[in-house]
Amino acid sequence: MQSAAAIAAQVGMRATSAVAVTTAALARAAAASSLNALTQVFPEKALAHAARVDVAIAAGAALPLAGVPVVIKDNIVLGPDLHEPGDNQGIGGRTTCGSRMLEKYESPFTATAAQKLINAGAIIIGKSNLDEFAMGSSGENSAFGPTRNPHDPTRVPGGSSSGSAVSVAAGIAPIALGSDTGGSIRQPAGHCGIVGVKPTYGRVSRYGLVAFASSLDQIGPFATTVEDAARVLEVICGEDPHDSTSAARSTEPWSSTVNTPIENLTLGVPRQARSDSNHPGVTRTLDDTLAAYVSAGAKIVDIDQPLMDEGIAAYYIVAAAEASSNLARFDGVRYGHRAALRPDESLQDLYCRSRSEGFGTEVKRRIMLGTHVLSSGYYDAYYTTALKVRRRLLADFTSAFQQCHAVLMPASPGPAFKIGEKTSDPLALYLEDVYTVAVNLAGLPGMTIPAGWANEGGSRLPIGMQIICPAFEEGRMLRIARTLERARTA
Amino acid sequence: MSDPTSHIPGDAISEADIRKVARLSRLTLSDDEVSLFQERLSAVVAYVRRIQSVDLSGVEPLAHIGDATNRFAPDVPGPVLSNETLMRMAPESDGPFIAVPKVLGDGGGA
Repeated sequence: MQSAAAIAAQVGMRATSAVAVTTAALARAAAASSLNALTQVFPEKALAHAARVDVAIAAGAALPLAGVPVVIKDNIVLGPDLHEPGDNQGIGGRTTCGSRMLEKYESPFTATAAQKLINAGAIIIGKSNLDEFAMGSSGENSAFGPTRNPHDPTRVPGGSSSGSAVSVAAGIAPIALGSDTGGSIRQPAGHCGIVGVKPTYGRVSRYGLVAFASSLDQIGPFATTVEDAARVLEVICGEDPHDSTSAARSTEPWSSTVNTPIENLTLGVPRQARSDSNHPGVTRTLDDTLAAYVSAGAKIVDIDQPLMDEGIAAYYIVAAAEASSNLARFDGVRYGHRAALRPDESLQDLYCRSRSEGFGTEVKRRIMLGTHVLSSGYYDAYYTTALKVRRRLLADFTSAFQQCHAVLMPASPGPAFKIGEKTSDPLALYLEDVYTVAVNLAGLPGMTIPAGWANEGGSRLPIGMQIICPAFEEGRMLRIARTLERARTA
Repeated sequence: MSDPTSHIPGDAISEADIRKVARLSRLTLSDDEVSLFQERLSAVVAYVRRIQSVDLSGVEPLAHIGDATNRFAPDVPGPVLSNETLMRMAPESDGPFIAVPKVLGDGGGA
């Protein structure tokens, strides 16, 4: 599979056509169906859109993602008039969120980030599987079955943006969109051996992203190269009148600045991330990564993030609290699953039965945890306390950035684990997120870059390293990532 | 915002707690689910309780990153979703109305 940059260049100079590229991507999607990465594929509509892109190119249009096949996480809505208002040939389809609750839901409007991809000439070929409502770190919580890791199909790809990560790692599409609330882009990118970027909170409009935890959620790209990720960010970032939390920051030409290394680069590594509980392959990859940066002229300093474990606790309180509020909208009345009632049952029964039938176990668990921590008598002890930990986590990052350009640590403590290995112990699965959640609580940009391999159970599994920068320093982050990418491919 | 009934929560979540939280969450649980959720949520709550041992004196809560201020949109009409479009999403409707079971009397709301 070619990179997005190569495809856009060739389609742009008419060396190939968007229709030919899309046809090939659809064939790869069909060939990889056993990985269960996609909830829906749109062959006819994708080809029709590709034909329109070819016409536009022939007429002289310059499109930064001309003919590039993309996959969209199935918690990002696509409306029926995706291409042009009133155009019922658009994609639309369903937005399932990996849930029985929204199994048949069709959105009447399109997410801003998806619309921007379409406007840039990208071809949406399908929607990707996910942990239900983006709640999970393995891809096993989908009502439509687990997604499988292409490096070892008996293992999880990570989550919750499981299908988006797998679509890129398996070579179905060079680009996918995911969402990251506590690591849902960075963790599966690491487990699948690809690049995944969680932008600064507010960089990308959340309009059309089904809300999980509104103060943490952020849309971002998966890609095979740092430059491709930069190119997608250039397209999808920017203020949106439909999202009052989107930041009034202009996008920058990241895909052209990405090749310029940072001079006198200093990277900070948290002492707490050099944990004995890391898998040996993760420890070795961290050491190799630091050695590669030192060879490239960087300086490494130790930093402290003393509240790493408390960060997970604070994250699960804040995320569950916001989820319990956001998911209150699913009531069986306006949209989504509605239970079939007996004549003697009430409105209250409609709410309770529709929700109980529509939501899976992990979603129920988080709604209940969130309701518990927000309930009278517990609010201050859990929710308010978690928000204070949140401020401390931000302060710890701020003081780290006085000493270094970026914080570097593993994306996860171990490589991809076996499907079913952690399903009976939700807490073990929550601890997967130890290195990713603080970034969301602090609203910072973070990205995963493939950095090495671990041998585990006879499989060779990718290991990702995470780069974290100050708010709105995506340009710096991408340049630092590119330095490692260059060193590894040299 | 201080809650006068606030306290440091003690032991594991009780069965009564689970049933109360399920009711507040508008979820119906079977007896088996009650004991499963009691076990699993107790483990999670036992873990997250560690935040209570952090010294947070003088630290203000941080609910939202960024400037969290209201933003005003120009007061001009724009495209909106039609009633028909929105009604098509409702799983049960009756003419121009969304259908619900009886609301008044003992069938009522919260």
